[in-house]
Amino acid sequence: MNFKRLWVIFKARNIEYFRDRSALGWNFFFPFLIVAGFSIIFSDTESTTFTVGIFPCESKNVSLKHINISAPLKNEKYIKFVGFESFKKGLDKLKHHKIDFLLKIGSPPYKYWVSESSPNGYITEKIFFAGLLQEKYQQIAEKQKIHGTTIRYIDWLFPGIISMNMMFSALWGVGFIVVRYRKNGVLKRLQATPLTSLEYLSAQVLSRIFLLLFTFVVVWFGCDLIFSFQVNGSYYSLFLIFLVGGFNLSSLGLLLASRGTSEEVSSGMINFITWPMMFLSEVWFSIESAPNWLKITAKLFPLTHIIKGARKITNDGATFNDITTELGILIIMAIIFLSIGALLFSWNK
Amino acid sequence: MNALLEVKNIVKKYNKIAAVNKISFSIYEGICFGLLGPNGAGKTTAIEIIENIIIPSSGTVLYKGKPRSSSFREEIGIKFQHTVLLSFLTVLETLKTFKGLYHNTYDIEELVDMCCLNSILYQQNSKISGGQKQRLLLAIALINKPKLLFLDEPSTELDPQARHNLWDILLNLKKQGTTIILTTHYMEEAQYLCDEIAIMDHGSIITIGTVDELITKYCDGCKIIVPIDSFNNASDYMDIGIEYTKNKDKIQIQTNDINYCLKKLLAKNVNFSKMVIHKPDLEDVFLNLTGHALRT
Repeated sequence: MNFKRLWVIFKARNIEYFRDRSALGWNFFFPFLIVAGFSIIFSDTESTTFTVGIFPCESKNVSLKHINISAPLKNEKYIKFVGFESFKKGLDKLKHHKIDFLLKIGSPPYKYWVSESSPNGYITEKIFFAGLLQEKYQQIAEKQKIHGTTIRYIDWLFPGIISMNMMFSALWGVGFIVVRYRKNGVLKRLQATPLTSLEYLSAQVLSRIFLLLFTFVVVWFGCDLIFSFQVNGSYYSLFLIFLVGGFNLSSLGLLLASRGTSEEVSSGMINFITWPMMFLSEVWFSIESAPNWLKITAKLFPLTHIIKGARKITNDGATFNDITTELGILIIMAIIFLSIGALLFSWNK
Repeated sequence: MNALLEVKNIVKKYNKIAAVNKISFSIYEGICFGLLGPNGAGKTTAIEIIENIIIPSSGTVLYKGKPRSSSFREEIGIKFQHTVLLSFLTVLETLKTFKGLYHNTYDIEELVDMCCLNSILYQQNSKISGGQKQRLLLAIALINKPKLLFLDEPSTELDPQARHNLWDILLNLKKQGTTIILTTHYMEEAQYLCDEIAIMDHGSIITIGTVDELITKYCDGCKIIVPIDSFNNASDYMDIGIEYTKNKDKIQIQTNDINYCLKKLLAKNVNFSKMVIHKPDLEDVFLNLTGHALRT
């Protein structure tokens, strides 16, 4: 291993990254835009989950003051009421899933319509009944308060967004670029020099880790200025999990790029890997209630362990000792990816 | 004298089709060796096997009498036919990057002067003209002061001035002892630069020798071309007493004795001002050996 040659390629790759303004901008703005978008969505108190149509009603904007519905239902924050002049108009919207539930104004017993095929309709029906029965149940169930600091959704989401950004950057930045270089002959030109494949691959991985961490630091602290994230653990541990995560994902990128010259195949393979990881590694939502086999499958993805480790630190204040399992799994996976990638690597078409 | 490079029975097959079929030759130190052939003859495959870029199906390549070791790449310079460089780097950064990959190198300034790159040093390597890129690629090939230089069609995209400049650089390198292996479609270039030439077709070497040897071996005499209107009477050419072929409004005389033919033509009071005497050159050798049919 010649470190001078490794350094030269490392430096050249970094220059390429920082001079490619459009890709650079996208790498920084993408996570910021997602976090900003979710922040706006979840801070919007007017946002609703379920829509109840009521008729007869003169205007779409309903004043609930003079309508005879139970008070808990009127005050339900996840329900929005929309008025319709006639039953026919309301039913048409219900059939087309524009509303989840249709209610006729009047005294009990209430008349309502709901689509049998709509999950939202089913849940709205349950909320409707719960609203009617709420007073009775308050006597047999007592709500308990959660003590301590609550975790905001944005604090839960952000480590996932950062990890996802890291995954895309590593797989496209290594996997796709190396295949493109093989196709257009850059690798062939480098092969004609004393540079060895080990030196080239090491430079690629190290450069990508450096760039991932640089992006991570800038994006994290940039977003933190605006959203004031709560990090209960140490930044040292957080940096460590992303360092190991970056190493793991860059190695996976290298494995995907070890052979082949087709950018179409390469992009297909990257999508094939990133999409399941994005949905099953709990970037956006928990898979706690998913079938067991799906949860086991998710554990095969490195992104799952990066996000799990990062959330343990930021949300639960985990220390280095608490994340050793995730670190260990990521390192073992990375060594496997890197070894197979290096064995399969080819300079040529 | 020992050969610097020995190529022995090299074969390269792609799905049973032999791109290179049992070629053998030796290249001596300090010469310029030309590998010529029509498109698809197998030149680039052959040269890339020698460069150790492509693994041959069978056969051996010896450098300084031994199989090529890891130091082979330190001692050779390569200019490929088509090369894309690392993106977003300036010409200077590109040179510095490649310089960093070798132990024994030229100073960047010396190389920049040699290949006339001064005016484009701070331009991105993807934003220079075709000719400028060829000069940059030559500079990269020379950066490690190679003992053996491979040039695959080096003058493609070069204007006549740049081509002559390239030839001067190569002749100068040859004087300094650099061995050059060159492929080109420009016969004038091969004739001007090469000490020894091999002509390839259909994956095999058809012939090998110096330019003079090849011309003597494969071309017979000279060709005299006389327009028919150079004769006083249009029908005079019919009884000049030497064998000729008529081609539209000209006659062509193939001969080994120019003086004899000129005497015969003088006897017919031919006006010599439009007459052309064509001495055979490498292009004639090439066409005689590989045919006139277009290769698709």
